[in-house]
Order: sequence, then structure tokens, then C-alpha cells
Amino acid sequence: MNRHITTPLTQETARELRAGDVVTISGTVYTARDAAHKRMIETLDRGEKLPIDVKNTILYYLGPSPAREGRPIGSAGPTTASRMDRYAPRLLNLGLTGMIAKGRRNEEVRQAMMRNGAVYFAAVGGAGALLSKRILESEVVAYEDLGPEAIRKLTVENLPVIVVLDAEGNNLYETAPEKYRKDI
Amino acid sequence: MKEIHVDVIEKTVHDLCIEANYSLSYDMQKALNTAAKQEEAPLGREILGQLQENLQIAGEDEIPICQDTGLAVVFVEMGQDVHVTGGSLTEAIHRGVGRGYTEGFLRKSVVRDPIDRVNTGDNTPAVIHYDMVPGDTLTITVAPKGAGSENMSRIVMLKPADGLEGVKQVILDTVREAGPNACPPMVVGVGVGGNFEQCALLAKKALTRNIEEKPEKSWVAELEEEMLRKINALGIGPAGLGGTTTALAVNIETYPTHIACLPVAVNICCHVNRHARRVIE
Repeated sequence: MNRHITTPLTQETARELRAGDVVTISGTVYTARDAAHKRMIETLDRGEKLPIDVKNTILYYLGPSPAREGRPIGSAGPTTASRMDRYAPRLLNLGLTGMIAKGRRNEEVRQAMMRNGAVYFAAVGGAGALLSKRILESEVVAYEDLGPEAIRKLTVENLPVIVVLDAEGNNLYETAPEKYRKDI
Repeated sequence: MKEIHVDVIEKTVHDLCIEANYSLSYDMQKALNTAAKQEEAPLGREILGQLQENLQIAGEDEIPICQDTGLAVVFVEMGQDVHVTGGSLTEAIHRGVGRGYTEGFLRKSVVRDPIDRVNTGDNTPAVIHYDMVPGDTLTITVAPKGAGSENMSRIVMLKPADGLEGVKQVILDTVREAGPNACPPMVVGVGVGGNFEQCALLAKKALTRNIEEKPEKSWVAELEEEMLRKINALGIGPAGLGGTTTALAVNIETYPTHIACLPVAVNICCHVNRHARRVIE
């Protein structure tokens, strides 16, 4: 099914999405990858407040290339999600409702998504030039010293993604290849 | 004796870093176009169409094909009759990478230490492999390698008794496990033989070979074809979302080995299989 969603992404909307849905997203998403996740979890461990409110928020696992003058961002495709699996359940428990990346998630993440009503979207890996065209604004809002790994607030318009894992635990990475597998 | 100044080498490396990150070689473009026509899955066709469009945007609007502009792997084939003047060859290559990544708006993806993980800020150091060859020219290949697919690569020390079937199993298992993480359609670089470190290097070098070029040994050429067919029958498809295009090519390199050894290395590359080469004469 084709869907358009605007942020914030509520738990109710997240629960409506199904693995295989082709979705465009407009609104605000935040970037965070390895180093930013590590720092967010350390912040929580110290009992301090996160630099962004993750409730009803979509995180894009992305470290963009530098922007040329007059442009909001450089190449901006997804990174591999599994490296964030160690950190994601904690953020999902705080109300994170969406993650954009590519590649498989582990069972702990899948369970935390089902418990909290969240969805995992895949953006097409290696299409960073194309995806950058859907990003209208980009602003570093935390951890500037991390360079490409800083947390950025992105304003996106019709960012194309596909639902891979839904809040019921369906997994497109498991079901879709089965249809095209040939025994030779 | 031919003299080549380090400034020429630095400039060449700078240019190649940029070239490789903004455009793919012709054989890679062609393979992607062919795949887009042949893919059976509707979503797979749409994704391959996005990848074609992505390449076009990258070239026209000067945006790197992928935001992971990689660790810069540099292969140097140094003619033994070349004399490098003006300083250190290795330092010139690192400077070329640093300037290329900075001036080319490429992402800085290198940390100074695997544990403390502080970004070096200019994507240096590069990983450099030297080969001494006959002649008086210097050939430089820059192959920026992204981490998504690199992380799904592996080396296995098989026993000679495992034979060709064992080699096939390692290749298929590695691709299956890589799946959606490695940004399929992939290019699969394979090394068979040598020893532990040589085998991994063969796999890396295999990725820089034109995918239309066939290996000399007939069993290797047949293995490449069979593996490509079997990989594409796995169903993984473009972006791992199902389809008949999981790999665009399988490139295999071999080397003599020890009587007790059968090493196999599989270096997975995504569809952004980047490499740019120049000969300095």
C-alpha cells in the first residue's frame, strides 16, 4: 500500500503501517548513528536528559557527506541498522516511533518495536544523491564535535521509504525474498 | 630511470578520490542498466530505477553517489625503473587523499584508533598496497570502500579436502548472510588460495577488475558464472526486498597455496563498486 505520513509519527499511525507499505515522509526527522547513539545512552545512564525528545520521533541512521555552498546537505543515504541494535530498545521505550536505515534488526529491537508501537523503514542504500533531494533543511542540534555523526534536525519532503518491520513484528526481509527464491 | 615528482602523485590521488566517488566505471553502469531491464520483482525494478537516477543526479549535481565515501584503498603498481623525487611516496598519497576528501566534499569516515574512535578529520590515513612491476610507469588505483558491505565480508581457512564445493559454500553463505545489510545488488570479490593475508588482498583486488573481463583459467570463469546464477536465485533482490538481482557480478582471483591450505576470502561490495585508475608516465 502507498502511504504518505507527516511527522510527528504517533504510536497510532505507526501501528497502522504494514511491512511492504511504500511510504513518503514529510516533516522533521533527526539523524543519529553509532557515536551519537552511544552518547545518548551514556546520557541516559547518568540520569540526564537527551538533547532531543525522541517521543513520536523518527530517527534516520545517517551520516551525510558535507554540503556544497548553498545546499542543505550532501549525499544522504541510510547506514546499516544492526550497529544501533544495542541502543535502539532503550530509545523505543522512551517513545521513539520510527527508524530509517537499511539491513536487518535483531530480535530485541523487534520485540521493543512491538511493545511500544514503532516501525522500521528502509531507505534505499547507496541512493544518497537521490535521497538528498528530498531534504530541504539541515541543522546540527547536538554533538557537533562528532562531525558526520552529529545529530541533525532534517526537514524532509516526500522522503521515500519502505516499511520493513511493522509493529506486529512482520518482517519484509524474510517474506519478500521467499517469493523470488529459486531452487537451482 | 624515469623521475616522477611527489606533487604529480598527490594531485593524481586527489583527482582519483573525487572521480571515484562521483561516477562509476562504464561496466558498472552498464550492469545496472541491464539488471533494471531483467529484474522480475516490481519493487526491485523500482529500486534499480532509483539507483540509475541516483547515478545521474550524482554526476549532474555533483553529489557523491553514496554518503559513505569510504576508506580510501589505494593500489600502487610501481615500475621498478621509476624514481620518486621530492619526498615520500607514501606521504604524498596520504596528502592526496586528505585534500581530495576535503576539496571534493567527501565524508570523513576514518577514526584515528579502533577503540578511542576520534575522527581524523580528513579521511586519512589511506590503506595503501604496493606492487613492484617491470617498467617505468606508476599506476594508481583508488578504490573507496564503504563499510556496510565491508562488514559483511569474511575469510575462511578451508581444508584442501573441502575442495571446490567448499569454496562455493563459503561464497553462498557469505552472500546470504550479507543480504540486505550490504546494499544489494552487490559485486562479490573472491580470493582463493595464497595464505591468510594474501587471500584477503586477492578478494579486494578482484573488486577492481572490470566486471566484463573474464579470468584466464576456465574453472575460474565457470565458477564465476555458476556463483552469479546461484546468488541471483537466492531471492534477496535489490535492497534485500526480494527479486532476481542480488549480485551484478562475481569476480574471482586465485593464487598458488600451501599443500595444507585452501583459504577463501569473500569481499562483498555494494552496487557502488568504486574504483578509478590512472597511469603516470
